[in-house]
Amino acid sequence: MNAREAIFASIRRSLAVSGEEAPRRFEVETRLKQAPPGVVPKRGQGDLRARLATFKAEAERAQASLAEVGTWADAPAEIARFLRENNCPATLRMGADPRLATMPWSETALELLRGASDGRDVSAVSAAFAGIAETGTLALASGADNPTTLNFLSDNHIVVLPREAILADYESVFAKLRDAYGKGGAPRTLNFITGPSRSADIEQKLLVGAHGPRRLHIIIVGED
Amino acid sequence: MNATAASAGPTRTAQPRVGLFVTCLVDIIRPSIGFAAVKLLEDAGCKVIVPNQTCCGQPAYNSGDRAAAKALARQAIEAFEDCDYVVAPSGSCGGMLIKHYPDLFAGEPDLAERAERFAEKSHELVSFLVDVLGVQKVAARFDGTVAYHDSCAGLRELGIKAQPRRLLSGVEGLTLVELEEAETCCGFGGLFATKYGELSNAIVSRKAEDIRAASADTVLAGDLGCLLNMAGKLSREGSAVKARHVAEILAGMAEGPAIGESEKEAAR
Amino acid sequence: MSEVATSAHFKENAHAALTDARLQGALGFSRNFVGRRAAAVERLPEFEALRDSARAIKDHTLAHLDLYLEAYESKVRASGGEVHYAQDGEEAREIIIDLCKSMGAKSVTKGKSMIAEEIGLNHALEAAGIEPVETDLGEYIIQLRGEAPSHIIAPAIHLTAKDVEREFRKAHHDLPPDRSLTEPEQLLSEARQVLRAKFLAADVGITGANFLIAETGTSIIVTNEGNGDLTQILPEAHIVIASIEKVVPTLEDAAQLMRVLARSATGQDASVYTTLSTGPRRPGDPDGPRAYHVVILDNGRSAMLGGEFEDMLRCIRCGACMNHCPVYQAVGGHAYGWVYPGPMGAVLTPSLIGVAEGGQLPNASTFCGRCEQVCPVRIPLPNMMRHWREREFERRLSPAPLRYGLGFWAFFASRPTLYRLATDLAARAMGVASRGKGRFSWLPFAGGWTRYRDLAAPEGATFQSQWRARSGAVR
Repeated sequence: MNAREAIFASIRRSLAVSGEEAPRRFEVETRLKQAPPGVVPKRGQGDLRARLATFKAEAERAQASLAEVGTWADAPAEIARFLRENNCPATLRMGADPRLATMPWSETALELLRGASDGRDVSAVSAAFAGIAETGTLALASGADNPTTLNFLSDNHIVVLPREAILADYESVFAKLRDAYGKGGAPRTLNFITGPSRSADIEQKLLVGAHGPRRLHIIIVGED
Repeated sequence: MNATAASAGPTRTAQPRVGLFVTCLVDIIRPSIGFAAVKLLEDAGCKVIVPNQTCCGQPAYNSGDRAAAKALARQAIEAFEDCDYVVAPSGSCGGMLIKHYPDLFAGEPDLAERAERFAEKSHELVSFLVDVLGVQKVAARFDGTVAYHDSCAGLRELGIKAQPRRLLSGVEGLTLVELEEAETCCGFGGLFATKYGELSNAIVSRKAEDIRAASADTVLAGDLGCLLNMAGKLSREGSAVKARHVAEILAGMAEGPAIGESEKEAAR
Repeated sequence: MSEVATSAHFKENAHAALTDARLQGALGFSRNFVGRRAAAVERLPEFEALRDSARAIKDHTLAHLDLYLEAYESKVRASGGEVHYAQDGEEAREIIIDLCKSMGAKSVTKGKSMIAEEIGLNHALEAAGIEPVETDLGEYIIQLRGEAPSHIIAPAIHLTAKDVEREFRKAHHDLPPDRSLTEPEQLLSEARQVLRAKFLAADVGITGANFLIAETGTSIIVTNEGNGDLTQILPEAHIVIASIEKVVPTLEDAAQLMRVLARSATGQDASVYTTLSTGPRRPGDPDGPRAYHVVILDNGRSAMLGGEFEDMLRCIRCGACMNHCPVYQAVGGHAYGWVYPGPMGAVLTPSLIGVAEGGQLPNASTFCGRCEQVCPVRIPLPNMMRHWREREFERRLSPAPLRYGLGFWAFFASRPTLYRLATDLAARAMGVASRGKGRFSWLPFAGGWTRYRDLAAPEGATFQSQWRARSGAVR
């Protein structure tokens, strides 16, 4: 008997089941298929305006900084301003996301680097898969469009978030995920990010900028 | 005069028969708490009876001796058979009677039912006065500042929090202050206090600090175990803060020596 | 590091902790968690309902654990990952070291994993010539000190900033010795710098998992620092080590648990990074591990199913119980002598390493019940500690003086008339013996009490004897 067999046998022995029982199998299959939501907090609910307000308040509570621009075309100028104000070099790493690529970068003096991060990037920009109003959280999906390393290796992580993508809660993000990746599917990495990196491991003093980004700047795109 | 509402209890008698479960600590060390409980119950219109009784079995239960605990539980259930209510001046013993007796006999056909019925008619003293008898105010007077320690079992097993404060706030002359950590354990834990004396001491030291910081002259609780622990620590530290059972204050019987106090000290 | 348990010496460990002034000062920090959790709970009206939901999900999953594990496993394989099973620590270590060796790994970064502590993984890696680098700041610090974690989510909570400075100066000897390290910010900056190099150089990244999702074959890690992420996305291979009860059915179920986890642990509404990982990098991915392995560990848990201690498998390792425990607050985590401290450690340790080794822990409790009150999945911790005490009593493992004392008490307590006479006698005698002082500063057999406290003397005759005398008739 190999380890796998032994462990399953032990589990089944303890539960006094054979594993073949139809009712149990049915219950498990049903739950996996239907994926019932549990208790969903009211906090993130509401129309887009309400969700936007909640998202901003929660994100700021988590020490992210926020800006709002009318269109994607306005984003590069906002990014350039952010970098300037924080005395950062005018260099920016990004992936292949077409929404970012087609922004009017030439209007700024920013030097652009493409692809995954090499660990030396001061600043990087990603486009979010979604935002979660409930906790001011960003959802970012891996891939060539928005490489995961940009989320963690840069000192300053800038995330562009379309206003309509601000959903109420995690459950809504999962629905969007299933649309994009199929039921039971998922990207290789889905990051839920709430604020910049932090640690309280030294005397329980909360410090920002542990191993991940020191700053998280969220640019919400969209008009009223 | 006490304002007592007519009891809406199960038997609807004008004078409920209340069996006083005095508890071994009160029985042996501080009977005056028992007499304060009797006064409060009689003033609220109860007929108090005191069946022959010993121990609720909690020390055995918490030490893992289930058999002994069951034997004592059966004995207690039988002793209080013909009372309408069983009332104990202790959240800890109260919790044993109410929450753990049914657990002890779960799955045993006849005894489980008897234990359930026994548990249903059992109460801790202050919550009985307020929640069952509807007492809103007692006629006592007490000049002083008191702080109330929430004994763990009473708080977490029986939900006793507002009731003692309710009655204390109506006592003439009494000022009630809150401990910063009223709900934190005092470190008694029954046998724990002697088995793990050093650890228990660390916990009660923090409690004593909290009590001193509250600037109360008396600390109250609904459990003599906690009170013995806190009083013993305070006096060992040379503190002047006294300790009494809340029943003593509510019954207006707080003239005698406080817990651990001598007659001489009380007279000063 | 954590194979050798000293839990049987809890009393001695506790004594050392209580007399360690530096530790006592540092323990004050852990009390912050209490207020933070309370604030987070107050902000969320649905919190109690979420606790019930979380508990129900765990119970349902445990009752169907074999089937959910099968579903999880097949999803992992479908996404290009590999699943390995280990019955115990030895098998798990072997699997992980073999994987590392097959990749020619020289250095391994590690996200925080209590399971890895449980199986003593670091020692085994070092013995195999592979350098493990802890990347969670707290774990990194204690790794430098050669210590075990003292709290399951804040491993270095027993240390002061000065302690950390000392370790950094010793370990980071390439850096200019005259640099300032008095501020926590400076320590953090230095750790970031040093560990960044390690992150980028690692051949393999090993993390635990807070949850494993059967629906998608996903592992979830939750961090504030981002160290777990850098551990798992930079190296060629990502190895997840997780115990069998980490499985949850669906994404929605994971969200229920996530909502109570951060709030119960640190009082945050959400940890900074909650990461869902599914398999190795996909075609076209510019980053991510090329290999993804999950090592599923039993190590005593399957035996807990269907038994008295099954509820303990609901634990989501939030640390709320120890944050609120008066015993943990007094002595800290190391006194518990093994991997898991506090109330959850008191219940789990005897299950995993046996009652003989771990049985002291469930005895060192006042049953104040605060742990159960704050447990996000409503584990009846005091009840389970009591079960251990029952097991010990049955096997006569409790100390003899206690058994005799209880037997003595039970003898009298089951004979009411004898009891009344004996207690009345004793009470009067003790009343006299106190010589009007009202209290004892010493009493035979009660040294554990009177060494530190006075003990009030009995008033005199017992209540029952006075009542008989007053009313004449006793039933």
